[in-house]
Amino acid sequence: MNAISIANKVKSGEIKATDIINDYLDRIKEKDKKINAFLEVFADSALKKAEEIDLKVAQKKPVGTLAGVPVAIKDNMLYKNHRMTCASKILENYISPYSATAVEKLLEEDAVIIGRTNMDEFAMGSSTENSAFKNTKNPLNEKHVPGGSSGGSAAAVAATMALISLGSDTGGSIRQPAAFCGVYGLKPTYGSVSRYGLAAFASSLDQIGCFTNNPEDMKLAFSVISGHDKKDSTSSILQQTEKKFDIKAIKIGIPKEPFMEGLEPKIKEEFLLTIQKLKNLGASMLDISLPNTQYALPTYYIIASGEASSNLGRYDGTRYGLNSKKADSLINFYKLSRGEGFGPEVKRRIMLGTYSLSAGYYDDYYIKAQKIRTLIKNDFKKAFTEIDIILTPTTPTTAFKFGDKLKNPISMYLSDIFTIPASLAGVCAVSAPCKNKTEAGLSVGMQFTSNHFNETSLFSILGLLSD
Amino acid sequence: MEITKKEIEHIAELAKLELTDEEKKIYGAQLKDILVWMEKLNKADISNTEPASYALSGKSHLREDKVKKFPDTQALLSNVPAREFDFIKVKKVIE
Repeated sequence: MNAISIANKVKSGEIKATDIINDYLDRIKEKDKKINAFLEVFADSALKKAEEIDLKVAQKKPVGTLAGVPVAIKDNMLYKNHRMTCASKILENYISPYSATAVEKLLEEDAVIIGRTNMDEFAMGSSTENSAFKNTKNPLNEKHVPGGSSGGSAAAVAATMALISLGSDTGGSIRQPAAFCGVYGLKPTYGSVSRYGLAAFASSLDQIGCFTNNPEDMKLAFSVISGHDKKDSTSSILQQTEKKFDIKAIKIGIPKEPFMEGLEPKIKEEFLLTIQKLKNLGASMLDISLPNTQYALPTYYIIASGEASSNLGRYDGTRYGLNSKKADSLINFYKLSRGEGFGPEVKRRIMLGTYSLSAGYYDDYYIKAQKIRTLIKNDFKKAFTEIDIILTPTTPTTAFKFGDKLKNPISMYLSDIFTIPASLAGVCAVSAPCKNKTEAGLSVGMQFTSNHFNETSLFSILGLLSD
Repeated sequence: MEITKKEIEHIAELAKLELTDEEKKIYGAQLKDILVWMEKLNKADISNTEPASYALSGKSHLREDKVKKFPDTQALLSNVPAREFDFIKVKKVIE
């Protein structure tokens, strides 16, 4: 059953929200021993919320569009009175004093938040192996990683331990794990979902989005969490582009860049199959060029690490978080608390970010990267005057094995080669699972990218492809 | 391009990050590799290009600069690792 039909049945009184939630809590108990998608299950507050919904239905009061739908949230969003750790030792005991706007909006529509999911520490990583607490396994094949950084959220939906989950995407952290786990993953247009209450990693790139098992639930989840928020100064007041969708009038661009070479054979096969399906549906296919996306990866790592080194300055052990007991002075206290609290990838990015922002290097790295970001934005702007949607695979390979890329940071960074350009341009993109699996049972994801505030056309095209 | 131990220590000092000798060695080597990888960017033509700090152009929406009291002070204070009454305890600031 999908989220829409569950909500409708709860609303009509056909099924009880408490029964749904008890069923999902049982599933988590049974399945998550192996998968490890959740860092914590919020059984008590979930059941309490479910009882409130059932009471409203019994009293014939109005209930929300997500009534009784179990939703998991990534462990970097605040949910009042619940723990939030960013999968880091530095925040191990942090209790949220308020809720993120996206979480608040879910609750207003009577969704039930059932738990917080594992992730790479502070959302830095592509395999969820950088969590300070545990490894999450890919439900399709447990020898493989679920992707990252929102690996727990992707695995929770893939293993039907939640119907919808929230993730955050800075350079691919929703789309890449969605592709690896065989679910749908949406990175909305920058500014369309409020970042209020999302622990900041790289503020000019971070965006909350969602994972679902079908395009209809994705459309519904996005309509709930999106919208202008006064509490986020980068939240946009612009609305969705409303256009009548006719696949026969849709032009799809295929980038002819060198990075499209070197795909894993199965991914190439599914990519060509998707092109054929789209042609059969009546869409026209065009070759396009995004010449400056060849610079996207290093550009991203300069910008994201620079912003991270600044954003993570707040973790100093004073107002919250791990505080070192070994320090003898204030400065030492900061250094030791941070040294003990942060894991290796977070330290590496703070070091890289601090270096590129430091005196003498700022123009050579940070400003240069921001200028190249302009070039990449212009590439997309130009492409979208000619075409409506860009199609690429989401990832160059299917899910890799645990430990495969941990020793070499650059090889890990390269797994985001297809997702990072859209992040730098701030446009919306979605990863959709292909039907055929590899011999190892792994999934292939296709990425559809559209212009700012054009999510509805993505939902329409996914709907047609999934029929 | 080499990154000396002294440079690594300087960056760690700026970042207020305590690193072990082992970490200094690892990050020194990895940072070097990453920076060499980034030299690719020198090929891009950025003459006459303005830097972009955000994905969308347009104004940000700043709120009025007015103090509002957070409704639940105790929820904030309960996260403080070392406190006395409603004060946050820190190491001595002035020697």
